[in-house]
Amino acid sequence: MAPPALRIEGLSAGYGRRRVISDLSLPAIEGGGVTALIGPNAAGKTTLLRSLAGLVPARGSIRLDEVELTRLSVAGHSARVAYMPQALPQRVALTVLEATLSALMSSPDGASDVAEAQSRALRALERLGISDLAMRGLDELSGGQRQLASLAQSIVREPTVLLLDEPTSALDIHHQLRVMQFVRELAEERGIIVVIVLHDIAQAARYATRVVVMKQGAVAADGPPDAAITPAMLADVYKVAARVERCSHGFLQIMVDRALDEAGVQARSVAPPST
Amino acid sequence: MSELSPSSPAHDAELSAYARLVRRRIVLIGALCLLMTAAMLFDIATGPSNLPLSDVLTGILHPGALDAPSRVIIWDVRLPYALMATLVGAALALAGAEMQTILNNPLASPFTLGVSSAASFGAALALVMGLSLPLLPVGWNLPVFAFILAFGSVLLLQMLASLRGTGVETLVLFGIALVFTFNALVALVQFVATQEALQQLVFWSMGSLARATWDKLGVLALVLLATTPFSLAASWRMTALRLGEDRARSFGISVRRLRFLALLRVSLLAATSVAFVGTIGFIGLVAPHIARLLVGEDHRFFLPASMLTGAAIMSLASVASKTLVPGALLPVGIVTALIGVPFFVVLVFSRRERL
Repeated sequence: MAPPALRIEGLSAGYGRRRVISDLSLPAIEGGGVTALIGPNAAGKTTLLRSLAGLVPARGSIRLDEVELTRLSVAGHSARVAYMPQALPQRVALTVLEATLSALMSSPDGASDVAEAQSRALRALERLGISDLAMRGLDELSGGQRQLASLAQSIVREPTVLLLDEPTSALDIHHQLRVMQFVRELAEERGIIVVIVLHDIAQAARYATRVVVMKQGAVAADGPPDAAITPAMLADVYKVAARVERCSHGFLQIMVDRALDEAGVQARSVAPPST
Repeated sequence: MSELSPSSPAHDAELSAYARLVRRRIVLIGALCLLMTAAMLFDIATGPSNLPLSDVLTGILHPGALDAPSRVIIWDVRLPYALMATLVGAALALAGAEMQTILNNPLASPFTLGVSSAASFGAALALVMGLSLPLLPVGWNLPVFAFILAFGSVLLLQMLASLRGTGVETLVLFGIALVFTFNALVALVQFVATQEALQQLVFWSMGSLARATWDKLGVLALVLLATTPFSLAASWRMTALRLGEDRARSFGISVRRLRFLALLRVSLLAATSVAFVGTIGFIGLVAPHIARLLVGEDHRFFLPASMLTGAAIMSLASVASKTLVPGALLPVGIVTALIGVPFFVVLVFSRRERL
């Protein structure tokens, strides 16, 4: 069976009268890989992700295979797409298992009975290696554990499209690598589409199969990590002078030398050539 | 992070731990039922004429076995008052629990968005301005006006909020605007009121169970019966809403619809309660907090536990209103906080770390 494909054409989205992204189109995002959305603050990464999740009013076309997502109801959308927000709830008197259960039981396409939902929820926790936290309250967890619990709520519904907004922002380096490795494995094993907003360019370079760089609501670069992440892009989009090299382990390494002024002209003249 | 089989020992252990947690919550709800029943019987047995509990039980189960005065006391005074306390406590607590969830605010209560202020204005119009509706039986004019204003204020709130988007902040901001508007209107009516009407209005706003009658009890019971099944049916969606609005929407929940329907239920419950007994604060705020400490926020347990806790506190407050000042029946709205606060503080201090 061919992997699912997400096609975005002429997409405009924003909040109220403020348009954050306008007329954005992307070549098809195919299942089985991880697409990272990167870019500086206010580039429109989260708005694009939220419009894919159906949380921001959007015009244009978002098609998952033959299905036009923008025309679906909230329930129809959620049957195919799962979204993990960056903000985690505070002061919630629920256990990790209950929160994961509610993802299934509250969803129109979720589990039909509690026993089945319990099994599915526990499998999701086990998959993430946090089944020992099942009976712990969300408020008792560390930031990293809560982020993993939040990821469990997203994967438990076994979506075709998984959208993650900075899932590693509160994690220590060990958990960051675990989560990114997990997400990559999940995409490859299940052939699902994973779109992930990241601030960390090095993580995008290492774990994403495709990187979409955004700048002021438009796509500045798009392609495999070594094609999208270049010194020229970093100077133009991030306003930094940086080198991009491949280390002896085969990973792309980004070495930032200094911040540039707004024009970024100096960067292009002094930045070492890319490898 | 390999996938484990569904029948792994870890899986089974967690399943049985969850089953134990569910059983513990059911037992706690059973205990709250007993507490509520005991508090209600205690309330029926308390009053100026000394009726032992055994007489009360006999009077309820076999009315013919008691002498006429005792029967009248139990059936026409004590029982309606006590049942009204129970029903109002349950209604306000359910309304408060739903309000705290849909507004994502632990300080929310049924009266946060101006329901009680609007009801007071309705009462003021009926009492001071002498407004009345045709065909209404005596004694129903004030509650009907209070209800119309209270329910109307929520509809107005919904309309204003839908013009501007239905975010929580918008609802709360318009709600606060309504509170101030209705409070100002009540003050205006008070300013022009006669001494006698003013006194009646002040007493009404304190909340009193002495206005209970069997017809009013029937109406409140019907409202509770009509709203509670919908609240319970929405319990998983309400639980999911605690994880955040974006999260709930991504689960496929229409948060706007969920919030609108919950607000309708809250306004029905709060407006009916206020219309019949006046403003009784605190129950709707604190009963959900106590329930949350006891059973967590899985709304399948949280909503019933809130109702039972609210009913129990209200009955105990009713007992206190009859006994605090010998020979006098204090307005119950004054004593609800006096009864609820110590209960609440003890629970907060004795809170176990686990849920």
